[in-house]
Amino acid sequence: MINGSSINGWPQQPSGPTGQELGHVVGGSLGQGVEVRLDSEGLVSVEDVKVGSFITIQGDRHRFFGVVTDIALGATDPRLKNGPPPGDNPLLAQVIQGTVAYGTVSVLPHLTMPMAAGDRQDPPVAAKTIPTHFSRAYSASQQDVAMVFGEEDQGHFWIGNPLDMDTKVCLDLGELVKRSIGVFGKSGTGKTFLTRLLLVGIVQGGMASSLIFDMHSEYGWSGQDSDRGISVKGLKQLFPSQVSTFTLDEESSRWRGSSTDGVVRIGYGEIEPEDVELLRETLNLSDVAASAAYNLQQHFGQNQWMSQFLAVQGQAAMAQLADQIGVQAQALGALHNRLRRIVRFRFLEENGRNDAAKEILDHLEAGKHVVLEFGRYGNDLTAYILLSNLLSRRIHDRYVELKERADGGQGKDPRPVVIVIEEAHKFLNPAVASQTIFGVIARELRKYNVTLMVIDQRPSAIDSEVMSQLGTRLTCLLDNERDIDAVLSGTPGSRQLRGVLSRLEAKQQALIFGHALPMPVVVHTREYGSSKSYAEFSRGSVNPKIVTTGTTGITETREQRLEREIKELF
Amino acid sequence: MGLMVVASVQKPQKIGEVISATSTSFVSQAYKLYGAPPLGSLVQAGEPATFGVVCQVRTEPFDPSRPVFARGETAADEDEVYRDNPQLSRLLTTRFDALVVGYLEGGNCFHRLPPLPPIVHSFVRSCLPDQVRIFAESLGFLHLLARDGALATDEVIGSCVQWVSAALPDSHGFLLKAGRVLAGDLSGDLPRINAILRRIAS
Repeated sequence: MINGSSINGWPQQPSGPTGQELGHVVGGSLGQGVEVRLDSEGLVSVEDVKVGSFITIQGDRHRFFGVVTDIALGATDPRLKNGPPPGDNPLLAQVIQGTVAYGTVSVLPHLTMPMAAGDRQDPPVAAKTIPTHFSRAYSASQQDVAMVFGEEDQGHFWIGNPLDMDTKVCLDLGELVKRSIGVFGKSGTGKTFLTRLLLVGIVQGGMASSLIFDMHSEYGWSGQDSDRGISVKGLKQLFPSQVSTFTLDEESSRWRGSSTDGVVRIGYGEIEPEDVELLRETLNLSDVAASAAYNLQQHFGQNQWMSQFLAVQGQAAMAQLADQIGVQAQALGALHNRLRRIVRFRFLEENGRNDAAKEILDHLEAGKHVVLEFGRYGNDLTAYILLSNLLSRRIHDRYVELKERADGGQGKDPRPVVIVIEEAHKFLNPAVASQTIFGVIARELRKYNVTLMVIDQRPSAIDSEVMSQLGTRLTCLLDNERDIDAVLSGTPGSRQLRGVLSRLEAKQQALIFGHALPMPVVVHTREYGSSKSYAEFSRGSVNPKIVTTGTTGITETREQRLEREIKELF
Repeated sequence: MGLMVVASVQKPQKIGEVISATSTSFVSQAYKLYGAPPLGSLVQAGEPATFGVVCQVRTEPFDPSRPVFARGETAADEDEVYRDNPQLSRLLTTRFDALVVGYLEGGNCFHRLPPLPPIVHSFVRSCLPDQVRIFAESLGFLHLLARDGALATDEVIGSCVQWVSAALPDSHGFLLKAGRVLAGDLSGDLPRINAILRRIAS
């Protein structure tokens, strides 16, 4: 083997513009990727090549940038399998290795690059052709990778590094928040850390607000790193002036030493039949029982239906009510029973005193990021689904109104907001996605500047229509076939990405693809939790006075923006 | 492509003479009975030299119409047979075939067939280690060997590679490189590669 610094798994010249020479193109197609036969001199072994690493191929007219999607062993003579060289003859094995028996690497070319490495006049563009036969393939140099994945700046957030490389992979924050985002992975593969990083990026970029339904109180004040057994800082500690935390459970927040900006209380009047419909599964309600809520709403009116219904006591009264509204008494009894279970939640009050939803909306419109901590209710899926659906519906209504006003010239565009939900398949499974507000947001609310960040471990349980609307997907290790299919559906080169996805390491590795990146990439996610990382996050934080327009990407201060808007008006 | 040959060092001893020649091979008669070069060794014929790899050595009667018959029934050993029959060295001859693998022209060495074969009665000499080193700087001669299936048997190719490597300072490196060239040329014929490599490694 060659000595020297090892980059991307291959020995590499320390400062050259191109990386280690690997072999030459011997076949392939645009759809399936090209096949590179490793050189026979035996300098590069298949064992040095890793799936997911980057390759450049020097064609006649273009330089291609691609990713290793598969690695295979080939032989010029099929009889090799039947009569392998005897193990007692090392010369025989050495000679056959690389000549009769050789390694091939499948490379999917994603981009065409400038012919001269480092030429910034000619940016990388999506590859629409493939290199010719016998084009030489090299491991990508740091310089090439840096050119493709950009540099950390106001609009680009460093999310991690490619495997075995020091180069940064940066997400285009503008593109990231423009469409919905999906974060997937098996339990314990680092979804929460990845989400924390994304949220830090969104806060730093200052292009959108975020509302986080923090099921297990992991994002607001502090979270746990169960592997290292330490507590890590949450968004509020990192960006105290830009993040507000609300809680459902004051006591829990107090115990955890979390400082909160408000306590959420919900009045019965705010609960709608649609919420009950969504809770059908968790409350174990029949279809008929759940839809009885609509009849009750019609009968008692929106603000009163729940309190009046809960006030009904005794079987005779229930039967009478059932008769009046035309539903089965048994179904109505079941609904009554289950709703009594809900009202045990202490954040529900018969007469809601404060309008928590409005308060949260005000914070979001003021450009703040809101974390709603569920405290002890985090373990109760019913509470989580109820609250997030209810609040998101209010945000939806408000944003539709604001946007329509802005379109009519009566006010400015609402600030984009990203709603973060966990256990997303509970809201977005095919049975309920058409009814919940999240289904609506995922499908069409991009137009109204509201997008979702869905975090889930079973992407196959999410409605395919919703999945298809996700702009950027970040996925940690998945090994269930159906989940892998769901995550990769509709993605070019998904067959090749499958291999990459199922071979991710269980920790700190993620496959990222979609609008925020020029091509799919496997990253070793950035470190989160050390004092150095905190310092870097805080350093990258924007001055809250600076806002960036989502559409043009121009960075300007509030004063400049005001001036520009006045000019545009008159 | 040619290889520069350094001004020749001392000339090696003559060992025989070309008695028939084609573009691809030549037959030589050794001056001494049993005086043929070893199988697989490199020989040169004529001036400027045509290089050949010895691929067949045989000892036979001069006159094919006078077959050899057994003479040693009462002799104690084989030497005694020859001592008792001194005419044998006149009746028998050693001949060897060589496959053409290159030639010299204008001080350059080419690993390809010469435009014309060596003339009959050209002197045949072994190659000195220095000459072998220069000749083996390129491995093109192996392509010629590997292509000739009839005369260049696996044993001949294996012996040749081994014989050449013995003259080189990095003999293992040469064996490896030569093995790879042959494996490339014979990539579709694994049993043959195996046979040659086993011969090389033995």
